[in-house]
Amino acid sequence: MALIDIRNVYKIFGAGRPLEDALELARSGVEKNDVLVETGCTLGLKDVSLSVERGETFVVMGLSGSGKSTLIRHINRLIDPTAGRILVDGRDVLELSPEELLAFRRSAVSMVFQRFALFPHMTVLENVGYGLEVQGTEHAERRRRAMAWIEDVELSGYENAYPAQLSGGMQQRVGLARALCTDPEILLMDEPFSALDPLIRKQMQEHLIALQRDLKKTIVFITHDLDEALHLGDHVAILKDGVIDQTGKPNEILLRPATDYVREFVREVKRGRILKTGDVMWPPDAAATGPAISRDAVLQDALPVSMENESPLRVVDETGAMVGVLSRSALLRGLTDRE
Amino acid sequence: MMKFFRGLFPDWAVEWPKGLNLPLNKWTNDFVEWLVSEYGVIFETASDAILVLLVGLERFLRDLPWVVVFLGVGALTFFSSGRKWGLTALVAACMFFIGLTDPRLWDLSMMTLSVMLVSTLICIGLGVPIGIAISRNDRMRDMVLPALDLMQTMPSFVYLIPAIMLFGLGAVPAVFATVIYAIPPVIRLTDLGIRLVDEDIVEASDAMGASRRQKLMRVQIPMALPNIMQGVNQTTMMALAMVVIASMIGTRGLGTEVLIGLQQLNVGRALEAGVAIVLLAIVMDRVTQAYGGRFIRTDGRG
Repeated sequence: MALIDIRNVYKIFGAGRPLEDALELARSGVEKNDVLVETGCTLGLKDVSLSVERGETFVVMGLSGSGKSTLIRHINRLIDPTAGRILVDGRDVLELSPEELLAFRRSAVSMVFQRFALFPHMTVLENVGYGLEVQGTEHAERRRRAMAWIEDVELSGYENAYPAQLSGGMQQRVGLARALCTDPEILLMDEPFSALDPLIRKQMQEHLIALQRDLKKTIVFITHDLDEALHLGDHVAILKDGVIDQTGKPNEILLRPATDYVREFVREVKRGRILKTGDVMWPPDAAATGPAISRDAVLQDALPVSMENESPLRVVDETGAMVGVLSRSALLRGLTDRE
Repeated sequence: MMKFFRGLFPDWAVEWPKGLNLPLNKWTNDFVEWLVSEYGVIFETASDAILVLLVGLERFLRDLPWVVVFLGVGALTFFSSGRKWGLTALVAACMFFIGLTDPRLWDLSMMTLSVMLVSTLICIGLGVPIGIAISRNDRMRDMVLPALDLMQTMPSFVYLIPAIMLFGLGAVPAVFATVIYAIPPVIRLTDLGIRLVDEDIVEASDAMGASRRQKLMRVQIPMALPNIMQGVNQTTMMALAMVVIASMIGTRGLGTEVLIGLQQLNVGRALEAGVAIVLLAIVMDRVTQAYGGRFIRTDGRG
């Protein structure tokens, strides 16, 4: 069973009678703008359902106003839905008592924010240890665990600095360490790298991938950058005007966009970095004599190999058995967006 | 001409009718009387407590050798301002000049200072919790803010009268009147400071599962401290102003000197005390500002 299960969630901003009317309209399939004109209520999320498996990185991609930040805040109930259910590990978080909710936030789930949201009056060490402090962990233990995380995010030596003394990238690494310090099962990341320079953003992405390889947390990651979404996500959901347009693995989204909206986005993506040889190969052919290449190699790594060999490459799995062939034309077709 | 004009109106529209009189005067007097007769014990207890505090502090400040007070204030300024020599020198000079103006004024300053300190402490003790409460509850805020407006617009003398009725003459009613007069800034700025704390940061604290109390003590109050200290600074200044006025109901201190000077047409005597008041105001202002400044530094922007 999925660790996080969001079922038919609606979120409408408003109150009283208009809110009920708006929910009625939204349920009958009326669009966001029409709901606003009709009732004065803003439709944030409309019939959103998705499930996140334990240990995967699930990316929700959408432009500003698509409701992605609203969606992620439903998981730890910083925002309550207007209708729908949110199950985490089989338990409906909407039914938690105030005390249970605090306990849930303290131990099971934590969050990283777009604008870092570090506590300016606390040192890096105090920031990272804040979650443990809230739990009531004693000082020495708190310090020990916070220091370990500061080391893991490569900020050793800065533990007594204040956030304002750090660069953006360093601040977000503090944010990441703060979120991880309570050792939560679930990590919610609300556009964590959007405020960073492109180069730093790239580094942070790789850093996260490296951390995740060991940690195997369940990550829900929000972004407006499809490249980032496809690069990091095991699954990607594309959100538009509060509605999920498509959910799937990165290669499915790239190769089979479900709507025109998704198709338009996909056109801008650096496909060679996302698609793997296994995604574009043809069925195995005993006649293929070219060199072997892993089916997990991305196309941009396969391209130079293909250029040096006239005959198609043999695509192999982990055991070395041939699972397909990759001709140069198949590879080039994969790199362009023509279907 | 005017007579003709007045003749155009019925009688009741010309002269304000005698019956149309809101008996605010009588109500207030009745209320105060009722308060004294029903709850006199409470006021007496409060009065005794304040008096003990006041007398203790006053005796302590007056018994201390002036050199110790002088050096103490200097050291407080120096360390709370983050070792600023210029500021410390200014404050020390002001302190020195209080005594230099007239040796008698040193003792009187200590009396004024103790009434002011006690009043300010009560203001902080009541004002900060009230400010916190109204920052979390809009309806309570809507009720408290107009009351604060009223307290600030009323002429300060007005508070002296119920103060006397409730507490009699002397220093305690002065403290009471001073607290009412000086408490608004600390309430307002505590409320403002907490409301101004970045929502993202409050949300971060919520997301970590902090309770309301933890969020308040660890995030909201520390981040609101620069504003709260600004409120404390203003409250201190207003308390000083009121303590001087309160000399009219028998509080001994610098205000008494001004009053006597005016009554005897002894301009020099009034001026000397006036100068001492200004110097004391500068000292209090600089010390509280310096103390408030400490809290801004940590975020690297201040």
